[in-house]
Amino acid sequence: MGSRLRAFGAFWYDFVIGDDWVIAVGVVIALLGTYLLSRAGVAAWWLLPVLVAVVLPVSLWRAVRSR
Amino acid sequence: MTAGAWALFLAVFLACAVEAVEATTIVLAAGTARDWRSAATGTGVALVVLAAIVAVLGPAVAAIPIRDLRLIVGALLLIFGLQWVRKAILRASGHKALHDEDRLYAEHLAQAQAQAARGEGGRRTALVPDWYGFTLSFKGVLLEGLEVVFIVLTFGSNQHNVGLAAIAAACAVVLIAGIGFAVRAPLARVPENTLKFIVGIMLTAFGAFWGAEGAGARWPGSDAALLVLIPGFALLALALTAWLRRTGSPAGGSPATAASPAMTSERAA
Repeated sequence: MGSRLRAFGAFWYDFVIGDDWVIAVGVVIALLGTYLLSRAGVAAWWLLPVLVAVVLPVSLWRAVRSR
Repeated sequence: MTAGAWALFLAVFLACAVEAVEATTIVLAAGTARDWRSAATGTGVALVVLAAIVAVLGPAVAAIPIRDLRLIVGALLLIFGLQWVRKAILRASGHKALHDEDRLYAEHLAQAQAQAARGEGGRRTALVPDWYGFTLSFKGVLLEGLEVVFIVLTFGSNQHNVGLAAIAAACAVVLIAGIGFAVRAPLARVPENTLKFIVGIMLTAFGAFWGAEGAGARWPGSDAALLVLIPGFALLALALTAWLRRTGSPAGGSPATAASPAMTSERAA
């Protein structure tokens, strides 16, 4: 039972988080920032494109460095 | 069609084409190594199961408030899209081995032939002379088909155009399956990394667009913002590919074989 649960958790971790947790964490933080800025009445559409421009090179650099 | 509708069609078509390549490869291996009738029956049963899942899930997805749906789907698409682009860049720059449909086909084929050699086929029936071939096809079509269903329902619901998304998916599946069965060979010539590169860009752009809207932001130009996001992310990814190519290629791919992702051959040189 325990190993099945672990396998189930590992499947979902691999499916959602994937090879680099930095991407998922970055997306969640950026969406939270977008929500908070929007609630405060500040234009927040730029935050996710900035996230992509920052997280993608960082994640690639981590992948290259670890090989 | 509007620009948004074209973008939706293209994104769903390309994403579903990638899934169709993988499913077709598995069915071809099952048919070639085991039995074509069993592989065809497995494919047919999987399609019936998929239709039932769509009938159940379709109304359920439509019942979720659009803003919540956009936030959840946007977040997932953005994560998936960035992962796809990341892998495509690593492959195109030679830092990761290219996904090779020939190798996957050979693996499935060898596995199926080994089972046949051990005489494992189950009880024969008229429609399913070989249960291993049936199961291999069924699982492949069901799993890849579920991804197609997810793409159609999420993209279609978000753009209020499930019909167009379904047509795009059907076009992709029919085209890829048609090519696969016409040549009866693995779809190694389909430039899978290039497709994944483009689909990754599309998923990232749609994910950022819907995620921001779901979180309460408003895009300048509304849907037209996608026409800036898609080429913008593509340029960023191409620039990163060029940057990584200059850092060397430990996976064995030479810069010559991993040139521009749009020009890259999927078969390792």
